[in-house]
Amino acid sequence: MIQPKTYVEIYRVILPTHERSKNLPVDTSRVPFEMRIRGRLLKAGNIGDVVTIETPTKRIETGILVSEEPYFAHSFGHYVPMLTQVRNIILEETEDLS
Amino acid sequence: MSYQTIMDQKKDIMRDALRLDYEQFEFPGIGFDYEKMMASSGYTLEDVMRIQRENNVGQTPMIELKRLSAYARKFAKPGFGARIFLKDESQNISGSFKARRAAMAIYQAKKLGFKGVIAATSGNYGAAVAALACRAGLKCIIVQECYDSNGVGQPEIIEKARACQAYGAEVVQLSVGPELFYEFLVLLKETGYFNASLYSPYGVMGIETLGYEIAHDMMKQENKYPEAVICTNAGGGNLTGTARGLKKAGARDTKIIAASVDLSGLHMASDKDFNLKSFTTGHTGFGIPFTTFPDRSDVPRSAARPLRYMDRYGLVNQGSVFFITEALALLEGMERGPAGNTSLAMAFSIAQEMKDTDIIVVQETEYTGAGKHMNAQISFASDRGIELKTGNPLQEKPGTNIIFPSSGSMLKHKELDLRTLRLSYLKHYSDDMLFDEDYNYLKDELNVPIDEIKQMMEEINESKK
Repeated sequence: MIQPKTYVEIYRVILPTHERSKNLPVDTSRVPFEMRIRGRLLKAGNIGDVVTIETPTKRIETGILVSEEPYFAHSFGHYVPMLTQVRNIILEETEDLS
Repeated sequence: MSYQTIMDQKKDIMRDALRLDYEQFEFPGIGFDYEKMMASSGYTLEDVMRIQRENNVGQTPMIELKRLSAYARKFAKPGFGARIFLKDESQNISGSFKARRAAMAIYQAKKLGFKGVIAATSGNYGAAVAALACRAGLKCIIVQECYDSNGVGQPEIIEKARACQAYGAEVVQLSVGPELFYEFLVLLKETGYFNASLYSPYGVMGIETLGYEIAHDMMKQENKYPEAVICTNAGGGNLTGTARGLKKAGARDTKIIAASVDLSGLHMASDKDFNLKSFTTGHTGFGIPFTTFPDRSDVPRSAARPLRYMDRYGLVNQGSVFFITEALALLEGMERGPAGNTSLAMAFSIAQEMKDTDIIVVQETEYTGAGKHMNAQISFASDRGIELKTGNPLQEKPGTNIIFPSSGSMLKHKELDLRTLRLSYLKHYSDDMLFDEDYNYLKDELNVPIDEIKQMMEEINESKK
């Protein structure tokens, strides 16, 4: 059980497919319009439960609890051989510059 | 509340969230009084400069890129290869020129007594609004289009979410689709916060100082105004504000050149295409529709009207922008975000058509970091099956491959025909009965004589028969 006041992320379908805008590409029209938002859990709950949170602007949002103590894991990516090739092109072509 | 109910209340919600009555600017026909709207805030250019200065915004360095210019010159005829200068806008608070726009939106929100602000943006503007809002003691919500339906987030946009949260903002992350605007309206209605739109007069007048500074920097350093200024073009505000600022400073002969990343073939509202692109802004998916129909934005009348000021419009491919980003780091010691270098890639190509005594100014840079670094973007693309190769970048097929120039000599832009863009603009009025005052408005909107507009309208009507 995740305790109240824990920092969490919730998920909610804002518009199911039939309520979405009519002017959408086919692939987008087949999936719901979704939201993810982070804040403080108001009442204890488990992953998968519908819970309420208080957001940083002190709004109340309801949704499915998807993550406890969410964090950012984006990075600089893995090694890409092509970038070394690009780097070498530039360095070789500018070797004679003063 | 249902989608339709909220959309039906759009006009009222927008009016309350900007406290600006756009009706007062409307002409009887299709047009409106643009200059009256821009002047309605009452802020002078001096006021804007003061407000920005108080917020550590503006007065960024102007740097001559000597080695990068020399690299371009290698591929030009003798006597050609312009000097390229770069306005290092990444030095603004929050890391991009967007702070100039945010400073004005926040100042206005505070002045009107709003408790908070909301902005719909997946880009640097979010971080800028969040940073300036916290300085003003205002609450802030940033609404992003961030994930595809598999919950895979675009790394660049996730980085912006992190930056917004670092400045204390609330970040609402949405999946792909134009209904972002619906959620934006829901939040404006629920909170009563200010709409910190990129397209309000405040959002565009904040950029005028950038054009003004460029003119003054160059006059001070080189004793002349630049022959050309290149602006990365998406929503059009960057180009519009810069051009207006240059003119206010007296640089009337400086050519205003737009540059966008060519994402032809990718649908901007497609869930599948969302993560197949390596640029989330500065691309044709925004650049073309906003240029040819500015009033598609989140305000009734957009203050960003690029066709009024644009002299040329060129496209560069994703591989070329990555190439020039690498060159900027390797030759000038400046590691900057890839998207902000769109205009730099274009400058590298255009400099070769200009004399070696000419000056071309690239008017922005942006910060780089995890997620929005070129290595992050390219490894993300390769993980999604995008083929990476070297060759002729103009043959790149967005969503299928990224083609890096096999030599600096291969880095070329593709010129767009402004007449085609103007025709596309005019098609929106092909069913309207136009009177003299409409043509006068269109003359300003498209920056061409009335005779030419009448001829284009005739062509459109002919093609409909």
